Amino acid sequence: MRAFQILIDGFAISALYALGATGFTLIFGVSGVLNLSHGAIMVAAAVAAWAAASILGVGTYAGALIGVGVALLTAFLTYFAVVKPIQDSRRIPNEEKEIFVLTGTLLWGIMIQELIAYFFTNNAKTVLPIVEGVVDILGVRTPKNEIFTAIVCCLVIGLLWLLVNRTRTGKAVLAASMNPRGVTLLGLELTNIYIVVWAIYGILAGIAGVLLGMFLGVSSYSVGPLTASAFSIVVLGGLGSVSGSLIAAFVVGYLETLTAYLVSPAYRTIPALLLLVFVMYIRPQGLLGRR
Amino acid sequence: MAGFFTSRLFFISLALVIIAATLPLYVSGYVLGLLTVAFYFGVFAMAWDLLFGFAGEVNFGPTFLIGVGAYTAGILNAQFGWSVYLCIVLGALASVIAGLVLALPALRVRGPYFGLTTLVAVLMLQNFIVVFADLTGGEIGLTIPDVITINAGANYWIALAFMTISAAILYGLSQSPVGLVLQASGQDPVQAGALGFNIVKHKLAAFIVSAFFSGLSGALLVFYFGTASVGTVVDVAVGVNVIVSAVLGGRRTVLGAALGAIFLIVAGEFLRPTGELATFIVSAVALLVVLFFPGGFLGAALSREARS
Repeated sequence: MRAFQILIDGFAISALYALGATGFTLIFGVSGVLNLSHGAIMVAAAVAAWAAASILGVGTYAGALIGVGVALLTAFLTYFAVVKPIQDSRRIPNEEKEIFVLTGTLLWGIMIQELIAYFFTNNAKTVLPIVEGVVDILGVRTPKNEIFTAIVCCLVIGLLWLLVNRTRTGKAVLAASMNPRGVTLLGLELTNIYIVVWAIYGILAGIAGVLLGMFLGVSSYSVGPLTASAFSIVVLGGLGSVSGSLIAAFVVGYLETLTAYLVSPAYRTIPALLLLVFVMYIRPQGLLGRR
Repeated sequence: MAGFFTSRLFFISLALVIIAATLPLYVSGYVLGLLTVAFYFGVFAMAWDLLFGFAGEVNFGPTFLIGVGAYTAGILNAQFGWSVYLCIVLGALASVIAGLVLALPALRVRGPYFGLTTLVAVLMLQNFIVVFADLTGGEIGLTIPDVITINAGANYWIALAFMTISAAILYGLSQSPVGLVLQASGQDPVQAGALGFNIVKHKLAAFIVSAFFSGLSGALLVFYFGTASVGTVVDVAVGVNVIVSAVLGGRRTVLGAALGAIFLIVAGEFLRPTGELATFIVSAVALLVVLFFPGGFLGAALSREARS
């Protein structure tokens, strides 16, 4: 009974983590950018969906769409207002661009977080779920919303896989992650590829954010922990490796659920952090990372 | 190095310190209290800059070193009643040991991996403090019975003297041959190694120095506040402030980091009437500086001087 509960809850959480981390790792793989405003973009999506559905009353579907749209816009804004100016800057030496992107996106994330807190307060918000009610799976009363979350996450990740491996644009993205200079030599504009990647990222982060808002609820305080969990999942899996991130998301998701159920919810994050330190010790490049 | 004592930077710094030292004669205790905290923050930022600006290591967890120093000093005083000065020294030592423990595995990895290891260290420390609440006071914080002094002016002078001495040592170190080797190993480790310098030893030394000053400053800050809490010395947000201070003031300048910290804390106080938007405005200003003056305040000033 309890084992099934852990299995089901853990799956939904892990699928959500996986979706959140995939976009993050994709951007790093293709353009070498670690976007520390990730959590803020997810929360912005959830809060927008909540505001559209609860304050404007546009309905749950339109609200979810608006949430994803806001995430897409914020992702583009992040790229054009923060990341691109730093990458193009001549005053910042190349070897320091990484730390500048980190600092810049971190500040940008704090700005988004503060704006959300200013206009919508710090209170936790739960987005109205698209599907309501509970079903009984193997003796566990499971909210339908939880199943919906897991299914959407798996579907979106599947679609992403098709997009990357089966379409021309996706192949260009893949090629850019392997060898940016080679792609340029083949006559593809690298900036266009980056825009595509940021668009994919915005949509993924938006869907993850809206689902998170329906499943667990968000507040402006979730920004930091969300970024940190995506960051650690991605490093655990190996920076830039999408399949590594997926595995790591499930490892972390189940580890957290197990701890929360069997030990205490207060210690929830500790085993995952210990595992992370352990992996960094014996395999610094992460589970599936390339050096 | 000898040229420094005749340089314009030296005279400006000297004048600033002298002006700052006379402040208790004519400003209120409120301003002094604010600046006292700002000076301790300045030391945090300078210690961070030594590690990042010179050794090229992005330490996302400055508050790990600060927190270990602060909490060791606080716990020894609150639980065992040891004297304040002994606690401060032991706090700094604990921070050095923590720095060593962190540095040995962390220096095996580079770039973002190093950053993450240091970030995880902060999260672990935070969890540790909450889990062992009996010893550490948990989320509420630890109340410390002793303080160095309750005189606002004396506290201010202690902080100013501490910052000035730390600045002199850290700046001197950064301009010394050791600092140059550090800078070389940060920019091109392979070439620096090929020239026969032991990079790991130098980086480890930088880590120890950075940890020593972070821990010492953290311990002093705890005895100024009279409490140690996660929100003031450990939280990731505090670490972010330290990093932003250093980048804002100008990385690789050491002294600029202190200026950035003072600016950040004073600006935060001036913006208090704007309420919740204060953090937004400070972050926005910091982002604009990062985008348009990547050298920071001091970097921009120094490059203008070099050009003219």
